[in-house]
Amino acid sequence: MRYIKGKVFESLCLAATVIALLLLAMLLWDAWDKGAGWLSIKFLDSFPSRFPEQAGIKSALWGSIWLMLLTALIAIPLGVGAAIYLEEYAGRNKFTKIIEINISNLAGVPSIVYGILGLALFVRGMALGRSVLAGALTMALLILPIIIISSQEAIRAVPSSIREASYALGATKWQTIKHHVLPAALPGILTGNILALSRAMGEAAPLIMIGALTFIAFTPESPFDPFTALPIQIFNWASRPKVEFQYLAAAGILVLLGLLIAMNAAAIIIRNKYQRYIKW
Amino acid sequence: MQRIREFAIEKALFLCALVSILTTLGIVLVLIFETLSFFEEVPILDFLTGTTWAPTYRPQHFGVLPLINGTLMIAVGAAVIAIPLGIASAIYLSEYASAKVRQTVKPVLEILAGIPTVVYGYFAISFITPLLREIVPDANIFNAASASIVVGIMILPMVSSLSEDAMRSVPRALREGAYALGSTKFEVSTKIVVPAALSGILASFILAISRALGETMAVTLAAGATPKMTLDFFESIQTMTAYIVQGSMGDTPHGSIEYKTIFAVGMVLFVMTLVMNIASMWIKERYREVYS
Repeated sequence: MRYIKGKVFESLCLAATVIALLLLAMLLWDAWDKGAGWLSIKFLDSFPSRFPEQAGIKSALWGSIWLMLLTALIAIPLGVGAAIYLEEYAGRNKFTKIIEINISNLAGVPSIVYGILGLALFVRGMALGRSVLAGALTMALLILPIIIISSQEAIRAVPSSIREASYALGATKWQTIKHHVLPAALPGILTGNILALSRAMGEAAPLIMIGALTFIAFTPESPFDPFTALPIQIFNWASRPKVEFQYLAAAGILVLLGLLIAMNAAAIIIRNKYQRYIKW
Repeated sequence: MQRIREFAIEKALFLCALVSILTTLGIVLVLIFETLSFFEEVPILDFLTGTTWAPTYRPQHFGVLPLINGTLMIAVGAAVIAIPLGIASAIYLSEYASAKVRQTVKPVLEILAGIPTVVYGYFAISFITPLLREIVPDANIFNAASASIVVGIMILPMVSSLSEDAMRSVPRALREGAYALGSTKFEVSTKIVVPAALSGILASFILAISRALGETMAVTLAAGATPKMTLDFFESIQTMTAYIVQGSMGDTPHGSIEYKTIFAVGMVLFVMTLVMNIASMWIKERYREVYS
């Protein structure tokens, strides 16, 4: 009886996993089925147009690349730095606790609320207008909690015996962190960072709030230029009733997913490669 | 010299941590400032208890309940899909799957979490909605069910991946202790691993649900733009997030009452997710098991 119960339970759990995988396969197949025919070099190298046959994602693609680079430059140093501070330096006092509670609350703040903040603070307050920089700052604040939390987890997973061994050999705190804690935590930190960046890459809501949903037929040349991004262009096309625009949206999705899968694959390769060497 | 460097590094890292506090302050101040000026024109009680949301028609109505209703429908619908599937697949991956299967399946599932929300919106209108309308012919072309399903798929990997992490961090010794006492794998999973990892599992649920509350693009595309008090999942509704998008897309002049509604609705959304997070933190503290 206990044996049967166990078997049933195992099958249910397996079924749930298979369903989740099937949903992913369906989603990908649907986008491929509708969008693949519209993919071409011309699609990548044309600006948006009201004629579906001539429309492309050049401005959106370059906008996204600019946005991601700026976001990474702002968010990664801040996020990893904060994680190191919280795990290695901060005392177990009230102030640290407030920061940690605050960070996990920020992680639960909907992305659109960051868009409201970006609109009021960066677009109007700092008068950055609807620029790539305003978008990147908003995105950086949005993914900061994810980066901090995942980096903290990676750092926390490093056993304290490693630190103690380093201290015992006379290393300072920063030497210990730099040479022992960070290298050991690196796979986890990198995975978290890449996942956070790929969240930013696909995020459309905050960008709509700061006004990126406009017709842009040029690529940004400085951080202060207006821009559009891949998810915004996809949203624009998907919300039009004409069926050709739905196919364009699917083609845009394939490009976006291609980029994201490349990023995720990189994260996984890094994680698996390091996991083989580091075992506690 | 080394001492100065150590000191400077610590202070610099401290400033990084401080940015998060400043972000929160920024969000709260911006929301409070605009919301207070909204309440100068619309009484707070009318806003919180009104059952009609029509900021762009005359006469204007600013009752936020229909938007809250829409948001809760999506969150409940998504949770019904994501929680059972997520926890079951987490148990499978953590307790049953071989290391090889886990190393393949987990990253693949995490791709689901990496798929942009706008793609789920597209998937809802191009795939789920037509399918639903085959089964329920009266369903509106924009409906809460379709949006709930895709939001559920979207938050599923959050539940499964984070729960699996929590389960895997339960020390092997606990499992082996239970096996030594004659437990089956089922008993070890449900009586040892899940309770031991409960704080992490519950945290993953709450994180996932609050993500569903704040989900924007999929519901904007698939659930419609009709704020109404309903419990019918096959009708067109509007969530708070979809309203905020709608409100910011038109040419709402800065400082107008329509502009301020964005912040007032944003405030409600922010407070709701905040309350959930505080609840989750309380649960996590209370049930946390510490292993050295």
